[in-house]
Amino acid sequence: MLKLNLQQTLPLPLDVELECHSGQLLALVGPSGAGKTTVLRCIAGLQSSQTGMIECKNKVWFDSESSQNMAPQQRRVGMVFQNYALFPHLTVDENIQFALDANQNSNGHTAKRLLEKVNMIGLGDRYPKQLSGGQQQRVAIARALARQPEILLLDEPFSAVDKVTRRKLYLELDTLRQDLDIPMILVTHDLDEAAMLADQICVIHQGKTLQQGTPEKILYKPRNTAVAKQVDARNVRSGMIIEEDSELKLKWHNYHFTLREKADFKSDQEVNWTISPAKILLHQRVRPSRGTRENPVSGIIINKMTLRGITTILMTIDQAEEEQLQMDLPEHVASRNQLQVGETISVSLLAEAIHLMID
Amino acid sequence: MQKMQEHIFCVFTLRLALTLVLNSEICRLNGHGYIMDWQAFEISIKLAVLTSLSLLPIGLAIAYFLAQSRFSGRGIIEAIITLPLVLPPTVLGYFLLVGMDNNSLVGGVFMSLTGHTLAFSFVGLWFASIIYSLPFAVQPILRSLEQIPPELREASWCSGLSKWKTFFKVELPLALPGVITAMVLSFSHTLGEFGVVLMIGGNIAGETRTVSIAIYDSVLAFEQHQAQTMSLILLAIAFVTISIVYTFNRRNSRSVM
Repeated sequence: MLKLNLQQTLPLPLDVELECHSGQLLALVGPSGAGKTTVLRCIAGLQSSQTGMIECKNKVWFDSESSQNMAPQQRRVGMVFQNYALFPHLTVDENIQFALDANQNSNGHTAKRLLEKVNMIGLGDRYPKQLSGGQQQRVAIARALARQPEILLLDEPFSAVDKVTRRKLYLELDTLRQDLDIPMILVTHDLDEAAMLADQICVIHQGKTLQQGTPEKILYKPRNTAVAKQVDARNVRSGMIIEEDSELKLKWHNYHFTLREKADFKSDQEVNWTISPAKILLHQRVRPSRGTRENPVSGIIINKMTLRGITTILMTIDQAEEEQLQMDLPEHVASRNQLQVGETISVSLLAEAIHLMID
Repeated sequence: MQKMQEHIFCVFTLRLALTLVLNSEICRLNGHGYIMDWQAFEISIKLAVLTSLSLLPIGLAIAYFLAQSRFSGRGIIEAIITLPLVLPPTVLGYFLLVGMDNNSLVGGVFMSLTGHTLAFSFVGLWFASIIYSLPFAVQPILRSLEQIPPELREASWCSGLSKWKTFFKVELPLALPGVITAMVLSFSHTLGEFGVVLMIGGNIAGETRTVSIAIYDSVLAFEQHQAQTMSLILLAIAFVTISIVYTFNRRNSRSVM
């Protein structure tokens, strides 16, 4: 298990706290310049923060208090660099043997077996420049594993390959990681990639970790609007908690929505709230109303867009001027209901889909 | 096709050198003494070999230090190292001569150790050649070290290799074209050095008289034939060594990058 907290003010402000269990893949997500790679380099020992602590498998790698700081050679780190950093003067086999030779207890690992693991059999005598981007990534992973690492670090490993190859590599990494009982950290700016591959996502912005949790939690229940913004939450609005019939409700314009998660809130409190576009429920025309407890809202479709089977509807809201909501529907649902721009539709913002945020 | 052309090129170069040497009648005596001053030739080659070999560790160390360092005074240090490139050899020779004087620190220490003056000795010449050819050794190595992406060094560390092993297994092989260029350039440059040799070494046969000095002497003595022969030999050696560098570096850049 990896546990770390890092703080520094210069050259880049850093205030990072995260943990990753063995066998778990943690995605460190944030815009470029957020400090993701810096965190990775700190774990590898290639640079160090002013204060903090890094502990992996109960061994302290870095501790500013006791001035402990292990060199990269002493930390068993498998690092996959953004551009793979394969040695251009060595063949694929030699690249892997390079890392095997440096570590005595390679547990019978051979270059051949490692190449087999990453589906690169028969390409051992090629030079890196003779390989495609995807093949280079596989070799880089094999070389990282040759060290029998106690943690695997992947720095934007998919950014240097095309989209088609990327999809293939996602599946390969997902298969490969099943056998690995070490913490794995994936740095990426692509939220979909993180949500697809990771068990845990940690959102980082301007050097500060904002929230760590499961992809589901990060995407649908961001801790605050800052996280919501980073994970591209599309329906973030502000409202007020009110008490109605001895029950806390969310007041938004003239609507009073019933709530599920309200334990941390009190009456007359101003809040931000969000609902995932995929969790807005479309009413069938023949059965428009299901009672006020389902938080019905109606409005006019002002835009409609379809991408890869998902139709995104942009609608205005009756009794709430200048407010709009986005809703994602499977394409076949949109066409079955003959949704057209200019039409009035009614939807439900179910209580369990509404997520409240204090700030 | 490319390989074929290179092969022909190499054969042609060697044959040209051989022809020049054979046609110059260097093995025969004439009325005016030796056409080729073999003693001067030996001094020149010895000086060039010793200088380039000494510059291998010195050049590597300085270039490695400069490639790693990010401090603000780096430009000044590079400028000092490059200075011999632009300075008139007589100016450099003058300062070296002053520095090698028995009253100076370096000259005094050498005098007390050996009993000889550092100036007008082969060792003094060797020392001066190292300084004179320093930019030719440092610059190519520095440029090729700087071209190595820093991630390669870090990837090696992360693979568990120490900084020394990383240097010998990653950085040195990748900087090899630069190292070879540095060696050949310092060899050729030392071979052709004149002004500094004249200032530091004078013209002592068997000690400091190099081929370039011998050529100068021949011209002054109107020994045209002798001057021509020795000049052609220096030309041939320079051409062959430089050709080897270009051929090697082109081949190397194709197989690695």
